[in-house]
Amino acid sequence: MGSQASHSRRRFRTAGVLSVAVLAVVGLVATACSSSDSDSSSVVKAAWIYVGPTNDGGWTQAHDNGRKFAETELGSNVKTTYKENVKEAEVAPVIEDLVKDGNTIIFATSYGYAEPMAAAAAKYPDVKFEQATGDLITAGKATPANYAEYWGAGEDTLYLSGIAAGKATKNNKIGIEAPFAIPEIIRHLNAFVLGAQSVNPAATAKVVWTNDWFNPTAEKQAAESLVSAGVDVIFSHQDSPAAGEVAKANNLPWVGYDSDQSGAYSSVWLTTATYNWGPRYLSRINAVNDNTWKSDNYYGTIADGFTTLATFGNLVSADTKTLIDAELTKAKNAGATSINIRPVVAAFGWFWSLSDRQDQTGAVKITKGQTLSQKDLYEMNWFVKGIDGTLKN
Amino acid sequence: MNDNLFIVVFAAAIYYGTPLVYAALGEILAERSGVINLGVEGMILLGAVGGCWVATTVDGPAGIVLPLAVIVSMLFAAAGALIHAFLTITLRVNQIISGLALTIFAGVAGVSSYLAGLWDLGRAPIANQFGRMDLFGWGDLPVLGPILFNQTLLTYLSWLLVVLTSIYIFRTRWGLQLRAVGESPQTADSVGVAVQRSRYLHVLVGGAFAGIAGACFSLSILPTWQNGMTLGQGWIALALVIFGFWRPDLMLVGAYLFGGLSSLRYTLQARGVEIPQLFLDSLPYVMTIVVLVVVSNTAARRQLGAPAALGKPYEREER
Repeated sequence: MGSQASHSRRRFRTAGVLSVAVLAVVGLVATACSSSDSDSSSVVKAAWIYVGPTNDGGWTQAHDNGRKFAETELGSNVKTTYKENVKEAEVAPVIEDLVKDGNTIIFATSYGYAEPMAAAAAKYPDVKFEQATGDLITAGKATPANYAEYWGAGEDTLYLSGIAAGKATKNNKIGIEAPFAIPEIIRHLNAFVLGAQSVNPAATAKVVWTNDWFNPTAEKQAAESLVSAGVDVIFSHQDSPAAGEVAKANNLPWVGYDSDQSGAYSSVWLTTATYNWGPRYLSRINAVNDNTWKSDNYYGTIADGFTTLATFGNLVSADTKTLIDAELTKAKNAGATSINIRPVVAAFGWFWSLSDRQDQTGAVKITKGQTLSQKDLYEMNWFVKGIDGTLKN
Repeated sequence: MNDNLFIVVFAAAIYYGTPLVYAALGEILAERSGVINLGVEGMILLGAVGGCWVATTVDGPAGIVLPLAVIVSMLFAAAGALIHAFLTITLRVNQIISGLALTIFAGVAGVSSYLAGLWDLGRAPIANQFGRMDLFGWGDLPVLGPILFNQTLLTYLSWLLVVLTSIYIFRTRWGLQLRAVGESPQTADSVGVAVQRSRYLHVLVGGAFAGIAGACFSLSILPTWQNGMTLGQGWIALALVIFGFWRPDLMLVGAYLFGGLSSLRYTLQARGVEIPQLFLDSLPYVMTIVVLVVVSNTAARRQLGAPAALGKPYEREER
């Protein structure tokens, strides 16, 4: 009896351990699987690595739409695949797998992938590595010849969104919630506030940091805190539409980020910056196909269609639309496609030096007519005058 | 919106504390029966995705869609709890490992996100959601009105459940049996209490409560689906069980404290109060660590109410 009982206990335990293992593996595999896997040597195999899910309604979805665009354009000339929900710290083995699967070009779409991507590029010279939002090349670091970076002037379209916000505020207090006080975000918030001040010099902005790219609860709390502090327009530089819910509940105009919410939040929506990744993906895969691929540091603009404004909401007046559209047209006509590192000239960032720009303490940081470089933008670590917020997270 | 800082913070404490109340209340039931379930985070996400699925796909008046969505939330999360119950109660797998596996299985890189992709959830905010509801017309009362009586139906329901669960645990025969199963399953068994059945029941009901917590996220706080939208709230709920000494009433206080603190950091920031962010961010966790240190001593834990058989599988042969 005793030995039989202990035997059955052991059997139970083995079965249990096995079920736990199966459970965990099934869970992990469920979302990590990718789209296509057939093998053919005549077509380019291209792979994408995403930090979030392809249905996040924002950043990753925009990239995946770009992948689908390239796939549709190239038809049977390309085989695409993707890995989603890849944590930045865990990207290295994912890159290895994609190389072993025979992909000849790999696009990684989160800032933290840059270092592992550059390392893999050095290891696999026959594969092209494309890093979105990285700053290794701009920072002047040595990178392999098969490593490229691409990103774009979201600040330009955010400047235009700021015009809509500046016109919408009645008490001149705009509330901003944003993830982290890093140069990319600081640059975007400065541009937004400069846009608001361009039509409403008295406009000020209050910044609340959420310390998270994506956290619906925190985003909602931050937006509520801004409303309770008396702002009458909200700008959320975040990945979820939580701030839109707060805007709707309080009937306040809202500028989102990287996702056109004009339909779902029509009663409060103003506009925002959105990105169009498809053409970049198409051209880079084509370049691999005809052996013309070269490393570059692409910075997309309004002129080449990389960044654009989301649909205007009902709250944007006809006059304001005309004003913003005029600026948009100017920017469109200002230059052709983007090229490698270059000064910020007519093609983008035209607004930075329209006049002397002061920081929060009143010190002049940009003089009127000054030409900024992309490096200046990438290292921006000060807030323009009129922003009420700390630069510490 | 009422701008008084005191009112804003307390109203937020209750609103954001509500999902914690549900999840921790469910965990109290499971742990009172002797089963730790670290799968809370995963079960909340299962509940959130199930509720959002109903609210997205079913057209109809809020009075029908929302109750249905909450019921489906409860069923989804209870299905997750059933896996844990089977593994730990029937197969006697280590409860910690099984719970962690459940959170991985159901969590952000698992089934909840998979189902959301399958059903294409999260494209837009859902039409029917739990909004603020003026209870008995008391929402206009000074101070107490906006804090207590301008919450969502889910909050009012949570108060009812906390009261009922407290009565159940401490004032009924079944509650006595539950506590016996958690304290000394051998003794309970010897007087004819069906130990395994009791554990199954409380783990499942606990899971269903976690499902309502999920509904709080996907039907009220956002309200739509986003993969991994709970961001670790399930772990806070687990800490709250200890924080509340396995008692629903104390747990409620703790949940509102956490809800209030999580919101306070932004409220103070927006009002320009200079308090180091990291300090405020870490405060809830510091409190948890303090409580954990206090209860890490076995004698103290016994005094504070931890079920003696917590985490131990029950095998009749060992009697």
